[in-house]
Amino acid sequence: MKILVCISKSPDTTSKIAFTDGNAKFDENGVQYIVNPYDEWYALVRGLELKEANGGSVSIITVGRAADDAVIRKALAIGADEAIRIDADPTDAYFVAMQISEYAKSNGFDLVLTGKETINYNGSQVAGMIAEGMDLPFISLASKLDINGTTATLETEIVGGVQVVEAELPIVVSCAKGMAEQRIPNMRGIMAARTKPLNVIPAAEVDTLTSFESYSLPDAKSECKMIDPENMDELVELLHNEAKVI
Amino acid sequence: MSTLVYINSNNGLAKSALEAVTYGKKLGDDVTVVTCGSADASKLSQLGEYGASKVMVDRSVTANDAQQISNLVKTAADSVGATTIVFSHDLIAKAVAPRLSVRLKAGLVSGAIAVPEGNTVKVNVFSGKAFGNVKISGDKKIISLLPNSIQPEAGGSDCGVEEFNGNAGQPKIKVLETKKPEGEIPLPEAELVVSAGRGLKGPENWGMIEDLAASLGAATACSRPVADIGWRPHHEHVGQTGVAIRPNLYIAAGISGAIQHLAGVNGSKVIVVINTDAEAPFFKAADYGVIGDAFEVIPRLNEAVKKLKASN
Ligand SMILES: Cc1cc2nc3c(=O)[nH]c(=O)nc-3n(C[C@H](O)[C@H](O)[C@H](O)COP(=O)(O)OP(=O)(O)OC[C@H]3O[C@@H](n4cnc5c(N)ncnc54)[C@H](O)[C@@H]3O)c2cc1C
Repeated sequence: MKILVCISKSPDTTSKIAFTDGNAKFDENGVQYIVNPYDEWYALVRGLELKEANGGSVSIITVGRAADDAVIRKALAIGADEAIRIDADPTDAYFVAMQISEYAKSNGFDLVLTGKETINYNGSQVAGMIAEGMDLPFISLASKLDINGTTATLETEIVGGVQVVEAELPIVVSCAKGMAEQRIPNMRGIMAARTKPLNVIPAAEVDTLTSFESYSLPDAKSECKMIDPENMDELVELLHNEAKVI
Repeated sequence: MSTLVYINSNNGLAKSALEAVTYGKKLGDDVTVVTCGSADASKLSQLGEYGASKVMVDRSVTANDAQQISNLVKTAADSVGATTIVFSHDLIAKAVAPRLSVRLKAGLVSGAIAVPEGNTVKVNVFSGKAFGNVKISGDKKIISLLPNSIQPEAGGSDCGVEEFNGNAGQPKIKVLETKKPEGEIPLPEAELVVSAGRGLKGPENWGMIEDLAASLGAATACSRPVADIGWRPHHEHVGQTGVAIRPNLYIAAGISGAIQHLAGVNGSKVIVVINTDAEAPFFKAADYGVIGDAFEVIPRLNEAVKKLKASN
């Protein structure tokens, strides 16, 4: 089974979020990049587990520049066999998805996995766009994925619950919590990652449909009002009459 | 110019659906709603009150199959000449809107929190730590609206409901089973949320959280470690790597307020924090704080809420 896992970089979850160029650009000063947690913890690890159970290979793919190779090596250290970097700035979800689907279409994958969203843009867009680009079924926000021959069985989130579904490979799946447990790379993995293939390929001609024009930060919270733990009537009164939320 | 709003009507008209129709109306053009399934026509016609001039329903599609729903929304969009398609940013929209974006080559903005200014739409980014303004470059747009970002506005009168054939095709995904907890309020849509963390010490202590939630008519949520250890179901996990919510009221008991937790809840209008530790970082993000033992404070708060409800 050939598995393709889409990897995005994202700022470390503790990064300070600030903007430069008149609030037009994310301030990367001092920001550490990590593999987007959903891509790493769920999509990549489940991909590796399926390979371990059924044989085959796990390739990772990202759209980015040479500066992102360090993040790609981290994903290789966790166990992917090879990496593909499409050499372009990931301008918007459409651009990224069309690059990946062009590559995936001509390389015969049985399974394309992504995380459910990135923690910086939270768009949940790329996986569905890849599925459309490849004309494949798309199962979004899956929390379980098992493969039996050419049939995939998945659990996927629906509002307030889960649905068990079945689809024939090839499919595109976005992976959410429950899929797998985070794997910490060991020394051997880190050493091996240095020599695994990282193929850099040129980008296809693709348009960009959206662009971030500017950013802003939320207003600072006003002072927290402290309430006597003995006096919950006061809290309820405030929530009812002052905040007007109950 | 015309706007098409897709809504899921399988469980009646959810508040998020009314929000999406209201949002569509605010865009200023004629609004058509498209849906599928077996909802009563009399129910669907009420969408006129929120600004729809007509509802199109495809009775043949009953599953949440993204390919089928994409097909029928595309058919409806073509038939009314829609230039903008609006979704509520829910699980169906996350599967369908990206497909349509590619098929129609329409710029997609996910998780909008305000009405666009020109071609620019405001969204949450960095897991709620910042806002971004996204510009759509082409003349076709798809916008999915984050639940609880605007209030539904009724005012108009009922509209016509038309059955149509959306050429949805056959489902490629077979639904084997649906596991849906009965009677619970779905977390992303809840206006009031009671949440608890590791401070509660064990799953057996969640009774008081559920009781308080029941008195308020609130949904329940939890921090990540609580879901990871299996004290609570995964879908209750809120935060940067869980569900992001923006209720009117978020009550957090025994949660320290780590940055990754805050990322999923800082869009809440009012935050109440109950924690034994006066230094807990969550107090910095709170509107009301109670320094105290959740095991005493929560039952007391529940009694006070019941008193209020009884007097109203
Ligand atoms: C990449 C990454 C992503 C993450 N994503 C998320 C996420 O999405 N959501 C999330 O929640 N976390 C997330 N985390 C974990 C996060 O960093 C914290 O570890 C977690 O939120 C802590 O959970 P907690 O507050 O329940 O537990 P703790 O930090 O253990 O806090 C328990 C709190 O309870 C208080 N307490 C104890 N006893 C009582 C009592 N009797 N009454 C009242 N208060 C009491 C304590 O004072 C303490 O403040 C993430 C971490 C990483 C690294």
